[in-house]
Amino acid sequence: MELLIIFISAALVNNFVLSYFLGICPFIGVSNKTSSAISMGMATTFVLVLTAIVSWLLYNLILVPYKLEFLQIPSFILVIAALVQFVEMFIKKVSQPLYRALGIFLPLITTNCAILGLALLASMRSYGFLESIVFGIGAGVGFTLALVIMAGIREELDLADVPKSFRGAPITLIVAGILALAFMGFAGMI
Amino acid sequence: MKKQVTLTKEFTKGLWEINPILKQILGTCPTLAVTVSVMNGIAMALATTFVLVFSSLLISLVRKLIPNQVRIAAYIVIIASFVTIVDLVMKAQFPELSKSLGPFIPLIVVNCIILGRAEAFASKNNPLRSVLDALGNGAGFFIALMVMSGIREILGSRSFLGFQVLPSAFEPWLIMILPAGAFLVFGLLMGFSNMYVDRKKNLEREALIAQYKRVGREEITDNVLKEAGV
Repeated sequence: MELLIIFISAALVNNFVLSYFLGICPFIGVSNKTSSAISMGMATTFVLVLTAIVSWLLYNLILVPYKLEFLQIPSFILVIAALVQFVEMFIKKVSQPLYRALGIFLPLITTNCAILGLALLASMRSYGFLESIVFGIGAGVGFTLALVIMAGIREELDLADVPKSFRGAPITLIVAGILALAFMGFAGMI
Repeated sequence: MKKQVTLTKEFTKGLWEINPILKQILGTCPTLAVTVSVMNGIAMALATTFVLVFSSLLISLVRKLIPNQVRIAAYIVIIASFVTIVDLVMKAQFPELSKSLGPFIPLIVVNCIILGRAEAFASKNNPLRSVLDALGNGAGFFIALMVMSGIREILGSRSFLGFQVLPSAFEPWLIMILPAGAFLVFGLLMGFSNMYVDRKKNLEREALIAQYKRVGREEITDNVLKEAGV
């Protein structure tokens, strides 16, 4: 039950993009087409779950026992950068089609604040191992959901008559605001 | 060889011309998240500027020692070290502020402004220029955050820096302090700043066309206008 609440909270109620403002850069940058939004969402979810596992192990098995908590920020970011690099190499070896589909999005994930944010939030709330994983999955699902909905809206928006100065990022932000309002409807769920 | 710009220009370009928030669209996450109140905005902007200036200085100093292949990783480690300093100082000196900013102080590490300026500027320029560029971008970030948080705090909770500025009869716009309000204010702000730039460009263009007509130059093609830079 506890785990279900964490999942729903991360995916819908406190959506990473629309209520924590994590991962806004890819949200604005990659939400042009539904197909690339899905690829980006999948790649990010994959890295989010791996990060949740690795950062929990790092924090609770290395940093805490040796009283090195102050190294949290540099060690997390290094682990994430290494992880992304490793995932990229692994996918390239194992599945060429998947690598071609995710290719350009993978390096971008390192600087996606949702990843570091997830690791920091999980350790801040002192989640257990299983809770961290569920939190990671929930965050990934929420990120993908927001990205895909946004991409769908933007495909329609291309046909709309938007004032010239508002085309691109400004109108995307305004639409995101309306989307955030809609997501507030989930607030009563937990 | 590109013409060297003056040192003042290195600083002032960050304020408006390449304002990190409105023009480069970098560092949007903290802009949206912490601008609920002006105090948070100031704290965030100062913390980011500190990290930006010192990491630009250090990166510029060691730019010739870092092998090209590992430069991004090296930059991130440098940035993360300065962020740790800020985070620990904030926790010790301003525990309340640190709590209200939540994970966004540690998240300065992945603020694209810092890595963006390191990669685009500090890795190619001398320390003096890099620091000026960092200060300019920091100031531009500061201005944008002040405007955003000013609008949101005045309309959302009737106050500015905690002092009530609107009469109690004014019903606060709750949406302004909710996440949705952040997106709306930011979108409108960016749209209107684009509109201002577009209008200025149009005026310059019309003035040039009028000038050409006066001197009797008949053909005014798009290429001629492009060469004049409008």
